[in-house]
Amino acid sequence: MSRADWEVVIGLEIHTQLKTKSKIFSGSSTAFGAEPNVQASAVDLGLPGVLPVVNKEVYKKAVTFGLAVGADINRRSVFDRKNYFYPDSPKGYQITQLDLPIVENGQVTVELPSGGTKTINLTRAHLEEDAGKSLHENFHNQTGIDLNRAGTPLLEIVSEPEMYSSEEAVAYARYIHQLVTYLGVSDGEMSQGSLRCDANVSIRPVGTVELGTRTETKNVNSFKFLEQAIEYEIERQIQVLESGQTVRQETRLYDSDKGETRPMRSKETATDYRYFPEPDLLPVEIDDAYIEAIRREMPELSGAKSERFVTQYQLSQADAFSLAGNIPLADYFEEVVRSGRDAKLANNWIRVELLAQLNKDNISIENSPVTADQLGAIISKITDKSISGKIAKTVFEALWKGETNSADEYIEKQGLTQVSDSSSLAPLIDKIISENPKQAEQFRAGKTKLMGFFVGQVMKETQGKANPQQVNEILNEKLG
Amino acid sequence: MIHEQSIREILNSLDKKEYSCRELVDHFIARASDANASLNAFITDTYETARNEADHMDTLRSNGTAPSLAGIPIAHKDIFCTRGVKTTAGSLMLDNFVAPYSATVVEKLSAAGTISIGKTNMDEFAMGSSNENSHYGPVKNPWSEKVVPGGSSGGSAAAVAARLCVAATGTDTGGSIRQPASMCGITGIKPTYGRISRWGMIAYASSLDQAGPMTKSAEDAAILLNIMAGYDEKDSTSAEQPVPDYTKCLNEPLKGLKLGFCKEYFGDGLDPKIEIAIQTALRQFEAQGAEIIEISLPSSKHAIPAYYVIAPAEASANLSRYDGVRYGYRCETPVDLADLYKRSRSEGFGDEVKQRIIVGSFALSAGYYDAYYKKAQQIRRLIKNDFAQAFEQVDLIIGPTTPSTAFNLGEKTSDPISMYLQDIYTITSNLAGLPAGSFPVGMEAGLPFGLQIIGNYFDEGRILNLAHQFQLESDWHRLTPEATA
Repeated sequence: MSRADWEVVIGLEIHTQLKTKSKIFSGSSTAFGAEPNVQASAVDLGLPGVLPVVNKEVYKKAVTFGLAVGADINRRSVFDRKNYFYPDSPKGYQITQLDLPIVENGQVTVELPSGGTKTINLTRAHLEEDAGKSLHENFHNQTGIDLNRAGTPLLEIVSEPEMYSSEEAVAYARYIHQLVTYLGVSDGEMSQGSLRCDANVSIRPVGTVELGTRTETKNVNSFKFLEQAIEYEIERQIQVLESGQTVRQETRLYDSDKGETRPMRSKETATDYRYFPEPDLLPVEIDDAYIEAIRREMPELSGAKSERFVTQYQLSQADAFSLAGNIPLADYFEEVVRSGRDAKLANNWIRVELLAQLNKDNISIENSPVTADQLGAIISKITDKSISGKIAKTVFEALWKGETNSADEYIEKQGLTQVSDSSSLAPLIDKIISENPKQAEQFRAGKTKLMGFFVGQVMKETQGKANPQQVNEILNEKLG
Repeated sequence: MIHEQSIREILNSLDKKEYSCRELVDHFIARASDANASLNAFITDTYETARNEADHMDTLRSNGTAPSLAGIPIAHKDIFCTRGVKTTAGSLMLDNFVAPYSATVVEKLSAAGTISIGKTNMDEFAMGSSNENSHYGPVKNPWSEKVVPGGSSGGSAAAVAARLCVAATGTDTGGSIRQPASMCGITGIKPTYGRISRWGMIAYASSLDQAGPMTKSAEDAAILLNIMAGYDEKDSTSAEQPVPDYTKCLNEPLKGLKLGFCKEYFGDGLDPKIEIAIQTALRQFEAQGAEIIEISLPSSKHAIPAYYVIAPAEASANLSRYDGVRYGYRCETPVDLADLYKRSRSEGFGDEVKQRIIVGSFALSAGYYDAYYKKAQQIRRLIKNDFAQAFEQVDLIIGPTTPSTAFNLGEKTSDPISMYLQDIYTITSNLAGLPAGSFPVGMEAGLPFGLQIIGNYFDEGRILNLAHQFQLESDWHRLTPEATA
């Protein structure tokens, strides 16, 4: 058997840190990067006698996310205690939501890099608190505990196991990352742990229905690692099954240095969390008015945006969906076309030139070296025929490389303005015809494809600045 | 004698400058330091800060800015966190724990001008009905050193009964205010769940724990409850219900008051002398115009098993934080993390606490949750329903607080079931979240016992009024071990 004989089934649990000023159950700051334990109050330390009080902002974030993915918002949800001992869990239990999460039954449709789209159902999204951190370095064989992160609010977004490749899983994770960032639900800073994925991976022989035994690879904190971890896990499970063994249901860790997953030490994986409802907190009650107020404040979502792009900018359905599905890109697009610039041209430039460069240099749209204003200026110059598409690429590259800050200035300085003036083009064309009598003869004899030759000569002489349409017209006239 | 005065009388005396706050506090400190060696009612004394506070209250009194209870000497059960003062919950686990913050109850009573002279002994983490489960040794009942004071608020009950302080705070999860109040001959009330903030009160079973005052009389209890009650944004389960002036509830005539006589509370297991005393009290209420109506609380018989699933289950999680990592007891030279956990907890907790953690963990574990925890919650709902039906017919429910008077030290330590049955009359109101109080109604063989009044939600005023009406007509609450010795 080979890889082609196996079907991969993936479900993701994405933990996203909510963008709130204070923690989910205490008033401590959630800011990243402080000295250890300076943002740990009596509640975060789990001192005797303390009680959690829910930061109401977390409901708003969770409901915002739920509405954005078309999910059910539970009017009543309940916090539970998940019991386990670990030094970075100060109370000996985590407050989370088990049976009644705040959000259930959502759905997203994402665009796949290899083409097409994929719809993924979300089982649920629930609120919970983050743990602290164990610090193993600089403590002389001991472990230091930093509880600054303990109590940071998390929304755990759980998908159905219905992604069938690492490509789908990564596209989904990217989509969720972008969505929570756009909505302001999370700051999306992956390097600070704002989005961590647990990947549930199983394989089954192609054509079978029953799911194979899954493994859960925990705490993967980049899209690259997510892809690598899933791919590693697929290959590992194929090897295990093809050698006649069985896959163990277990929790694994991805080691990015070695590029492999391995089982977590057994003491880190409690088997029975003894969940029960958190008696220190009342059930979360949410009413319709609250939900509607949040809905009114929400930014435009991708579905509505996509429809608007079709009607407002006459983009094709596919182009509109693709732009709208990537919110920062859509914002960039709208910035480019803001003053009535040619939307189709802008769409082409963004999706062909800009994205290719961004992908090549692995830069996000938010950090694009060419700003929307700069690209907009290029689009304007193309539209008013000041420059040709070819010159435009030169200008774009100059902007990309930082050789200039302004398309207009660069065009001006480099003298790249298209020559459309027949009084200056006509003598030049006369000169070229007289210098190439043989070709002129053949053209007149009917070999019209030599037109390209003459246009090329004109462009060479003008360093590409001649308006190609005008050159054609004059040539036809002179050679006709 | 100063120590026999009610809070109202003391405040009058202070106003009239019959004595100063400092003299008042010194009087109680002298009594406490004399008696504590034998009673063991206090774990920690705060005499020095108490004297300083008394001087400060005298200053405030002289310039007319004193708060309402300025100078009243009290004591806090050692389950309430007190900033800068050791707070142990009766456990070796917290023997080295100095609280960096104060409980809301402590803050409120302090802001009202009361002065705490010490932290009272208790069963470890409030688990016990005899005060024999304290790391700091058992508390003796002031009425007889041979018998227990009840628990878990035994130190507070003994301190008030022996008049070592004017009043004390207690907590009640299954009867821990009312049972020791009954056994020590004082008045105690466990208010409606959520009436008093739990912030800073070391948790035993979060859905049952409730603080309350332990006093010499219903009137004193009303005065303290006025201060202690109220919503606290730091406790999500505290009630956003306005707090009446409980002292204004105390002079309501009993005419037309419907008192429920719960038949399940009488009969097997109840000391006949206690039953007779309760019947006598009922006749007195009847004579004052109250109507006695027989009611039934059929699910009460399931209360103890339900309680001994729910409370340990919650405790098993609440006590997980005591792991030797951040504060509290840590074993010597742990070899690794598992060893640190195991030995710190094995050595730091006493037997009863460990037993309840094990029971609670079991009740919550996969495969047993439905049979134990879930079933216990169903019983809890049945008990609530019983009470809801009863309160459609009556205003208050009358019954015994305890099956008997105080038992001998060591008598029940090897028989947990018999010990757990101590709470048979008190536990239902914790499970239902209802307010209930106990006040003394009789003596048998030199030991006091109480009568329990259970009220509807937030009906503390009516409970206190009934007790007060009784106390206006009787002297049981004025008896002291000293006077009767």
